[in-house]
Amino acid sequence: MTKTKTLLMAALAAGTMFAAAPAYADLKMGVAAEPYAPFTSKDASGKWVGWEVDFMNALCADIGEKCAIEEVAWDGIIPALQAKKFDMIMSSMSITPERAKTINFSNMYYNSAAVIIGAKSDDKDFSPEHLKGKTIGVQVSTTHAAYLAKYYEPKGAVIKTYATQDEANADLAAGRLDYIMADGVALGAFLDSSQGGCCEQKGAVPIDIDILGPGVGFGIRKEDTALLDKVNKGIQDLANNGTFDKITATWKLEGKVVTPAKK
Amino acid sequence: MHWGWLVPHLPLLFHGLQITLLILVFSVVVGFILAVPIGLAQVTGGPVARTIAKAYCSYMRGTPLLTQLWLLYYGVGSLFPMIPGMRENFMWLIRLDAIYYVLFAFTLNFAGYEAEVMRGAFLSVPRGELEAARAIGMSSWKVLSRVWFPRAVLQVLPTLTGEVIGQLKSTPLAFTLPVMDLMGATSKIRQDTYIIYEPLLFLALVYMILTFIITRAFGYFENMIPKRK
Repeated sequence: MTKTKTLLMAALAAGTMFAAAPAYADLKMGVAAEPYAPFTSKDASGKWVGWEVDFMNALCADIGEKCAIEEVAWDGIIPALQAKKFDMIMSSMSITPERAKTINFSNMYYNSAAVIIGAKSDDKDFSPEHLKGKTIGVQVSTTHAAYLAKYYEPKGAVIKTYATQDEANADLAAGRLDYIMADGVALGAFLDSSQGGCCEQKGAVPIDIDILGPGVGFGIRKEDTALLDKVNKGIQDLANNGTFDKITATWKLEGKVVTPAKK
Repeated sequence: MHWGWLVPHLPLLFHGLQITLLILVFSVVVGFILAVPIGLAQVTGGPVARTIAKAYCSYMRGTPLLTQLWLLYYGVGSLFPMIPGMRENFMWLIRLDAIYYVLFAFTLNFAGYEAEVMRGAFLSVPRGELEAARAIGMSSWKVLSRVWFPRAVLQVLPTLTGEVIGQLKSTPLAFTLPVMDLMGATSKIRQDTYIIYEPLLFLALVYMILTFIITRAFGYFENMIPKRK
């Protein structure tokens, strides 16, 4: 009887150790459980894959840390960071002044490019001067609508706003619009569809941080300033040695995301 | 309550109001003009005209206006570029602004409803009056324009008031296309400012005022008719 009990205890202890295995990692990354392909999603075997996962592995190798992913609900991701359930948020979280009141953000590690898409028969030039008199569709009240109002409307382009991106896409395919502007990653799916066969990406517009926002960064607790410095240095290292470009090519996101510049 | 958004957005709201009124007035006036012959065809027309008129009314009254609108714009409209030669010769048709689709769909829909109303109205005029008009030597056209039509319209004025108000309240459907009506303008304010309730309250108030004006205007015409008890 006693022997069985001991065995049971041992099994229990082993089980606990097994379950706690990820705790041995030096750095835990909080990732929203909802899939966000091609940045963070799970493959058929349940393993996390994506642009952000590859980037995390490269960064952790660079700063000499062992990293693990901790799944969390997106709604509670900031409170979970504060409660030390993990050390950093890595979940395509946009850097905003509102969030920066509660947590620190690392430097930007990617920003979705704002791209212009037009008919294949048109030329590749998409400068505001060239698009004078052309009709450009955009989703209402988005950063892209603000960008068009600032750079393209004063040069004589006609801006048409739509309640949803799908409707703007449909009108581009129907020939009612000359161009549409939107998020490069989201529009990639449209271009791959049969409806998007008419059209191609003309290119990404020059970044204007005031309008398009600073991009995506790691969320880090306010008090962890040493970690913040280390991560920022790592991001710059990866920019300098070309790792970003390699990962972007792996996930076929060239021209769709903007990554930190070499320094 | 936040009302700070109201003054800076007044030009946008005014533009939206103009579009809403354009849709309402155009579809009601042209739709009614179309409704009279369609209604008449159901009463006096031959078997072919009668069947066509009945089928038209059944379709317009039997399907949602939103479906008709989208069928025209996203359905028929998006087929144009596939017709050979369209892109070269009829670019204006492909580029036709969404507002024309809205005016077209709203007018046809209103005509369908009013044709049914007018059919009943024409039937309700006592036979004796028409026979009397013919007996004093009026031509068919004169019977229609002097007796049959005026008597029919006056009888259905209260119904028409309700139909016009109903049409006003259908106009927000236009904002599901790239048309900036009053609803669309309010929706843009809501998305720009993240203020939810006040713009919607304002919108409800404007529609109520418009309904009040329509009721009053039709009431004025109704009172012009001497009542015989």
